[in-house]
Amino acid sequence: MKHALAAAAALLALTRPAQASLAETVDSIFAASTGWFVGLIFADLPGTNIPWIVGWLVIGAVVFSLYFGFIQFRAFGHALALVRGKYSDPRDAGEVSHFQALATALSGTVGLGNIAGVAVAVAIGGAGAVFWMILAGILGMATKFTECTLGVKYRNEYPDGTVSGGPMYYLEKGFAERGLPLGKLMAILFSIFCVLGALGGGNMFQANQAASQVQSVLGISTWITGLVLSIIVFVVIVGGIKSIARVTEKVVPFMGVGYVLVGMMILFVNSDMILWAFGEIFRGAFTDTGIVGGIVGAIIQGFRRAAFSNEAGIGSAAIAHSAVRTKEPITEGFVALLEPFIDTVIVCTMTALVIIITQQLLIDADTGLYILDDAGRIATAAGTASGVPLTSAAFGSAFSWAPYALSVAVFLFAFSTMITWSYYGMKGWTYMFGEGRNKELVFKVGFCVFVFIGAVSSLDSVLDFSDAALFAMGVVNVIGLYLLMPIVKRELKSYLERLQSGEIKAYK
Amino acid sequence: MSETYMIAFDGSAPSHNALKFGAKIASASGGRLVLAHVLEWSPYSFLTAEELEQRHKRREEEKGRAEQVILKPVKDRLTGDGLEVETVVRYGHAAEVICDLAREMKATQLIVGRTGSSAIQARLFGSVSASLAQMSPVPCTIVP
Repeated sequence: MKHALAAAAALLALTRPAQASLAETVDSIFAASTGWFVGLIFADLPGTNIPWIVGWLVIGAVVFSLYFGFIQFRAFGHALALVRGKYSDPRDAGEVSHFQALATALSGTVGLGNIAGVAVAVAIGGAGAVFWMILAGILGMATKFTECTLGVKYRNEYPDGTVSGGPMYYLEKGFAERGLPLGKLMAILFSIFCVLGALGGGNMFQANQAASQVQSVLGISTWITGLVLSIIVFVVIVGGIKSIARVTEKVVPFMGVGYVLVGMMILFVNSDMILWAFGEIFRGAFTDTGIVGGIVGAIIQGFRRAAFSNEAGIGSAAIAHSAVRTKEPITEGFVALLEPFIDTVIVCTMTALVIIITQQLLIDADTGLYILDDAGRIATAAGTASGVPLTSAAFGSAFSWAPYALSVAVFLFAFSTMITWSYYGMKGWTYMFGEGRNKELVFKVGFCVFVFIGAVSSLDSVLDFSDAALFAMGVVNVIGLYLLMPIVKRELKSYLERLQSGEIKAYK
Repeated sequence: MSETYMIAFDGSAPSHNALKFGAKIASASGGRLVLAHVLEWSPYSFLTAEELEQRHKRREEEKGRAEQVILKPVKDRLTGDGLEVETVVRYGHAAEVICDLAREMKATQLIVGRTGSSAIQARLFGSVSASLAQMSPVPCTIVP
């Protein structure tokens, strides 16, 4: 393997002048081989220009919000108490806590979607997209609640003490329990999409954005970053060097907090503009600001980014949350509903506000409409591409050091998301093929190859494919959630009754 | 009511000193000994998804090791000497957990060894014995 990598590096070094054409070749092969899948997932509803899939997750979120009586508001305080450990039995210390499950699941979702994805959304959909993004984030909390409760309830616990959970398990076991057919088939479909999603959104999109940020700030070619990233990922997931992953897991939460703090500083410096920024968000949400597709365009971009960023309904978080030790599966659902809130309502909104408030999006002073470039995207002040470079330019306009710090953050966010997603993909893989060293190795090596492919492809084909794969997971998962939600409701009712009667008591 | 002496025991030399002292007063007064072993643990640390999956298994292994390797030989010896000995293994912040255990198991006295770290070390890194001297809900003996 070492030799193969060295040979690949030598080959790439030789072809360096022709690197643009290499990237183009990889990209065109990639676009050609995945185009049909993307086309299917993003097909428009008949007679409209709205992709059917965008509505799918949002309708799901609305249904779950209504069905559980807006649980995201009712249980918000209780969720915070659970995370703080108020209801944890001290005797269970040493097991996975609610906080740990939440933090790990967040490391898989707080990633480039929050930095790059949001920039893409506002560059296409304008400030109005932010309104719809926040709305979708709040609704998505109910979806997360549903899927993570089921994830814990139907996980597999093995005699050696390890656990495996996620949509494939609740689809199989939950369907069987309710006497529904096709549970196993749904579980396998989900696993296939989970593997694809892990390679797409959980891998190539991350590698792509990390590489392009490093290139634009430090001038290092994308293939070098791609190669470095894929080697580090290889060392961690195949070589089992956990120390790297552990360091990242410890650094990333602080980066996340740091990112929000720097964002708030920029907002503070421009505090006179905050009202204007919110005005822009509302104006764009309900009136046509000249973007492609008008208000509908803003709605689609907002919804799409929220779903892609917080992954509510995708089913991925249910895999991470399943490991928690609790007698009450519903408590993990409560904790999980904080995830879209932190991810979308706090972190994504911060990115969007910084881009809007530093006036990166050019507005025609006479008409009040956005100025569009040839590709139909909003022209930006720095003339940069959308994605991380736009966020970088926005942060850089306030603090000159910010783009460098952002490069480090992007690299680490990308890395931690890849590590978490390699685990999700692995779970889908082993569900289908069974556990075993060689079978797992095949997936892991493939995962590392895709890191490199992702880094050198152009943004659009990668972004489309990663969205498509993730949404395909959501299609299977949400059908399952509809059919299994009465089980969650039963758990919820019983838990709330016991909480009110004092049978479930706080320990602290 | 007979006395219950809780000894913070981690197998280290200072904890053996505490044990020796505890055994002496227990055999003199006919009291019961509780050996408490705490594995350091924070519910707010960060783990990878793979570590989450294996956490329960690891915990069982760690507990088993503490019980078999650290506590069992000592317990067997003391029981052989005719003392009544109980052992307990918990996870968490050492001083806090021992205070909770003292309340829970109705200990009448806490006995801890001290590491003899310098004042600066203790100030920087904290010291279990010093924290227990401050926090203990029952009389606390610190054995040098």
